[in-house]
Amino acid sequence: MELLFSAIGWIFDGSHWKAGSQNPFPIQDRLVEHLLYTFVSVGIAALIALPLGFFIGHTGRGRQFVIAFTGAMRALPTLGLLFFLLMVFGYFLSYDTAPIVGATIAFVILAIPSMLAGAYSGLEAVDRQVIDAARANGMTEWQILTKVEIPLALPLIIGGVRAATLQVIATVTIASYAGLGGLGQIISNGIGLNDYDRILGGALLVIVLALGVDALFALAQRLTATQGLTDHRPATSGRSSSRSAGPHASTGA
Amino acid sequence: MIEFRGVTKRFPDGTEAVADFNLVLPSRKTTVFVGSSGCGKTTLLRMINRMIDPTEGQILIDDVDVASQDKVKLRRSIGYVLQASGLLPHRKVIDNVATVPVLKGTPKAEARAAALELLDKVGLDRSLADRYPRQLSGGQQQRVGVARALASDPNVLLMDEPFGAVDPIVRDDLQVELNRLQRELGKTIVFVTHDIDEAFVLADQVVILSKGGVIAQAGTPAEILAAPANDFVASFIGADKSKRDLHLQQREGDGGLTLVVDGDGRPLGVLGSDQTGSSSS
Repeated sequence: MELLFSAIGWIFDGSHWKAGSQNPFPIQDRLVEHLLYTFVSVGIAALIALPLGFFIGHTGRGRQFVIAFTGAMRALPTLGLLFFLLMVFGYFLSYDTAPIVGATIAFVILAIPSMLAGAYSGLEAVDRQVIDAARANGMTEWQILTKVEIPLALPLIIGGVRAATLQVIATVTIASYAGLGGLGQIISNGIGLNDYDRILGGALLVIVLALGVDALFALAQRLTATQGLTDHRPATSGRSSSRSAGPHASTGA
Repeated sequence: MIEFRGVTKRFPDGTEAVADFNLVLPSRKTTVFVGSSGCGKTTLLRMINRMIDPTEGQILIDDVDVASQDKVKLRRSIGYVLQASGLLPHRKVIDNVATVPVLKGTPKAEARAAALELLDKVGLDRSLADRYPRQLSGGQQQRVGVARALASDPNVLLMDEPFGAVDPIVRDDLQVELNRLQRELGKTIVFVTHDIDEAFVLADQVVILSKGGVIAQAGTPAEILAAPANDFVASFIGADKSKRDLHLQQREGDGGLTLVVDGDGRPLGVLGSDQTGSSSS
């Protein structure tokens, strides 16, 4: 218990947050690095996984292949992948860029499976009757995707992004092995110095960061869940938010 | 006018839903396809708006082959009502009704104003406009489905067992309302059901189908009831059972009224009293 309080005390020590102090400080720089790697990797993974997931979910094609493929991807040990990629890219690229490229690829590969699963399972969960009706009403395939399937699948899609982001936040800790900083650097630095405050303090910071980001996603998931699916109470006549162009010209939700 | 010319549909698994189907569906009339499940009636319906493409043959609407038309444009010009309403659960009732006009480029405010009038037309209170489909009863959802199908003022209305999932009392209501609407609007309606009584209530032309989309008999309800073409039709409409075998019955103590009873003697109603000067009771 004392160890824990001591570590918390270490985190709140003002000198550890002072700009320009020596490596691995200041803490906020490491935090920013950590978040930066996370969001860049998750962003790249989203650009790959979400369109692919939408394609599979919409057409039903390639499902078997992707299940097998993402399963294999999940089984890859990220640390081993990171070292492998560092070696490969160290051979081709400069000393500065190789770690960034290698680590980012490792994190992207880590993030893809959850996001892909969220996207295609979200689309698959949409009621077939609704899609059939939308098509019979003359929606194009693109309109079915963007106006029916994605809005209805949004909570599950965000759920996939959420899971991927948490995995990446946890794993970016190992980026320090590639000399890239992040909160992991505080931990590995502490291990080198046998400084338990530093090790535990760094670990606590990773946990708090992960929980904070997770809470944001939980909120987003709640906000994007369509009212029509969750709210069974009679809707109140919401005219307050709209300009009175007509009794029902409320702004598009 | 909708015309089926030698239409055959074979699905990839080899089942032949419809084989060499020929029929003319007159304009501004209600044609009801009726048959048990697997007779190809829904396949026939869905081929009209190209939700399914025929393997062979042609379908013409007012002498234009539907295969020559853009699928999306064609579907927007034809109203479609499904069994499970198929409303968009994340959109309010009013936006569901306005779906097709908005897709066609009508300004939203204008489409919504028109949608409100359609709610009146199908007998829904305007206060429901801002609700979501899940907040409505099954019967109300079906009315919204009908309103949505009418929103682009189509000439053709396709209805695929639209009242199959609502309870019998609501279904009777909806049938009466549909007949009222049809008298008012005069659409070419193609209606699919497995309920022969529903077919007789709604149809100008009843088409009884047996397996594989074979027409067992087509005609007005009166023609079919008066002269079933074969044993299949007779058994399908229940002519061989006592419920279609009606008699008149006059008893002491009924105040001179004439009862209509079925073959088992169960009273169904009272004969209209327009000939004798019987005192009303």
